[in-house]
Amino acid sequence: MEEKYFGHSVIRKEGREKVTGRARYVDDLTVPDMLHGVTVRSSIPRGRIRAIRFGDGIPWSEFTVVTAADIPGKNEVALIEHDQQCLAAEVFNHPEEAILLLAHPDQYLLEEARRAVYIDVEPLPAIFSIEDSIAKRAVIYGEDNVFKSYHMEKGDVDAAWAQADIIVEGEYRTGAQEQLYIENQGMIATANAADGVTVWGSLQCPYYVHKALVPIFNLPADKIRVIQTETGGGFGGKEEYPSMIAAHAGLLALKSGKPVKIIYDRAEDMVATTKRHPSRTRHRTGVTWDGKLVAMDIDFVIDGGAYATLSSVVLSRGTIHAAGIYSCPNVRVHSRAMATNAPPHGAFRGFGAPQSIFAIERHMDQIARAVNLSPEEIRRRNFIGKGQTTSTGQLIKEDVNFNTLLDRAFRESDYHAKRERFARENPGAPIKRGIGFATFMHGAGFTGSGEVYLASVVELEATPEGIVRVLAASTEIGQGTNTVFSQIAADALGISYDRIEIAQPDTGAVPNSGPTVASRTSMVVGNLVESAACDLKNKLVESGLLCDQCTETEFVRACQLYIETRGPLRSRSVYEPPPGLLWDDKKYSGDAYGTYAWAVYVAEVAVDSVTFEARVTDFVALQEVGKVIHPVLAAGQIEGGVAQAIGMALYENVVWREGRMANGQMTNYIMPTAADVPPIRVFFEEQPYPFGPHGAKGIGELPMDGPAPAIVNAIENAIGISIREIPATPEVLMEAMTEKAAAIV
Amino acid sequence: MVNGERRHVQAFPMARLLDVLREEMNLTGTKEGCGEGECGACAVLLNGEIVNSCLIPAMEADGTDIRTIEGIAQGDRLNAVQEAFLQCGGAQCGICTPGMVIASVALLKRHPHPTDAEIREGLAGNLCRCTGYQKIFAAVVRACESTANQDAGTR
Repeated sequence: MEEKYFGHSVIRKEGREKVTGRARYVDDLTVPDMLHGVTVRSSIPRGRIRAIRFGDGIPWSEFTVVTAADIPGKNEVALIEHDQQCLAAEVFNHPEEAILLLAHPDQYLLEEARRAVYIDVEPLPAIFSIEDSIAKRAVIYGEDNVFKSYHMEKGDVDAAWAQADIIVEGEYRTGAQEQLYIENQGMIATANAADGVTVWGSLQCPYYVHKALVPIFNLPADKIRVIQTETGGGFGGKEEYPSMIAAHAGLLALKSGKPVKIIYDRAEDMVATTKRHPSRTRHRTGVTWDGKLVAMDIDFVIDGGAYATLSSVVLSRGTIHAAGIYSCPNVRVHSRAMATNAPPHGAFRGFGAPQSIFAIERHMDQIARAVNLSPEEIRRRNFIGKGQTTSTGQLIKEDVNFNTLLDRAFRESDYHAKRERFARENPGAPIKRGIGFATFMHGAGFTGSGEVYLASVVELEATPEGIVRVLAASTEIGQGTNTVFSQIAADALGISYDRIEIAQPDTGAVPNSGPTVASRTSMVVGNLVESAACDLKNKLVESGLLCDQCTETEFVRACQLYIETRGPLRSRSVYEPPPGLLWDDKKYSGDAYGTYAWAVYVAEVAVDSVTFEARVTDFVALQEVGKVIHPVLAAGQIEGGVAQAIGMALYENVVWREGRMANGQMTNYIMPTAADVPPIRVFFEEQPYPFGPHGAKGIGELPMDGPAPAIVNAIENAIGISIREIPATPEVLMEAMTEKAAAIV
Repeated sequence: MVNGERRHVQAFPMARLLDVLREEMNLTGTKEGCGEGECGACAVLLNGEIVNSCLIPAMEADGTDIRTIEGIAQGDRLNAVQEAFLQCGGAQCGICTPGMVIASVALLKRHPHPTDAEIREGLAGNLCRCTGYQKIFAAVVRACESTANQDAGTR
């Protein structure tokens, strides 16, 4: 197959609409006779609803009011568990839980009305930290506040302590992080008895929303239709919460008989929707004096918030990545997702891995110090490679060589010379410079048997004009789905990129190609696009209408003839797992992922010893991701992920007050601006992965994993203090640096 | 004047220019990201200067010359900045793109040959969560090169 488009940076499929402002996002759409909807939420972290009172001065008769009693089906937003209510009926468990919905044509009056609804509540005991949840200061979920726990063991950790010359312990924490897509969440819904419920909105996973709406509205699956509109960023934040907003808009539409639009403003989006799970990781590692890891005992805990949502799967990925990329014969990971009375934490790029990788990559630098080796040397003595096994016991079959990756990353970043120079120049200088790195991996696609259960489907359809449409539920959220699918299909069909159209994700019109998550779209769904395209072409060839090497005109003619004489020209491809993958869901061992992306990231920082501000001044991101489909899009994924992870490492601090985000504004929740990001230098190594399209692997989440530990390792190199929590804000650095100064005095 | 056309609308004096553009004139290319002047998604040119339209009361816009993203291209011919965003991958999800394009146009007007520091400073009022800004910086550089080439070509 000729690679006319694969590997080339063609123009983004929907780029022209985006640069001209013509792309239509949900808030850009209006429907005749449309009402606006708002959500009335709880005001305290946990309580029982006693009464709802409607204040004076509002023409309430003009309003549509929806409570839990108006839900025609089950009052639950189904995901993995069924514990989250669509609208709190009696008890609520976090301070932003939806209790009542209002709709009215006038947005301004609606806002006044929202403030005039008084919810009389009886407070119930609430808990706000991992520690309080473990200690059961109040039991808010099940018997022990544990949403999910895993126990993963390789070798015999207890027996292996005896082989260790030294045991190194450390505790590491990561904070919540807001996805902060620039387009706030929103939905438009229509509902009537004949057609059922239709929603349009900003979302990542049309079939997740569909699955959630069916039981709420108690309708057959074909009476629920979910359509994705242009989506202004997701990062995981539009994986699960859109189901909630879609249900709310649908309920208001059903009761009012009119279309209803709900658009969150920034404050509501920040405080009420999901964030990255805060985490605490404790490492206990047995090491020999020559730096060999002999036993790793890891306790990984995440704060799940008030409902189970996706916490079990976030925990799973964090657990599998917790021991890093090191070949240690004895590893134990015990992990738990705990309930607290905060809004549920959810999917965010990396999905648990950035948290546990921060811990292991910081801990490796602590181990290095304990055995008097450099951070480089401790890793070189323990890197995993081909023929060795990961912590789940997965045999590495790929030819991954971290030593050569490290060599290249150090060359590109001038690591050794800089480390030497900073050590020489830092004493006495007000600005302390440092350089640090992290070595890591990210499993691509769903974990274990996940892809088998998803059984994703892609279809292709040709028109008589020779246009080929890709039918998939995979969404374009900025990462380039439309472009990548078009490149793959065009090459497989041997036609031009412009002949490929991507159908709007609409559960009424496209098959379920699975959710747009887990770095799976290019690798897994892209592969299905390729096989469906090959199949479509084969149909034309086998029918004698086309030879294998055809011109564009011949292709168009063949499509036209085929459709005239034989009817619709369609093809369909269903996921089949790569051969030889074995996963044991009970023991949590085996082939956790079909493949991994491997990376070495090097960060250079400057820490101001007067303002205690840390800045990233240079960044090198080297990764092996299989074949690169689109160099510009791929680099764009890495650069964007690195910037987001710089925010996680240094700036993005969610301030909690009794389970509620107290700084839900862009003014005081600080994400990196154009003035804050360093030059981000991206390098790819390309080893073809046999089961991805043309050898491509997943890429989207990888860049979220490495920057935070690389940056904090660089900070330690700069100031000689080990920072163990992120974000490493000036407050955190001030405390650490002042303590050190005091200790010296 | 909006995008070169005289427009008459009725609005409350304190209505936000953003809402007047989006709701009264159906110019939905201007986006709301935060509503408090932090993100720059609602940026427009007002008498040639970049402003956040979420912070401008309608009455302040009365009698001014406003240019929104819809007025940046000339018909089907993209502005050099828009073309450069396409070529360089400066747009991902696209929601910040109208504001970024406006900010880049304003920047290149102030500094036809901006330094790296001027580019960063000029775009620091526009937040992008997708790109890490690198491809946007590259687009600004490319736009200024292509404008220079065009100028050279017309001489």
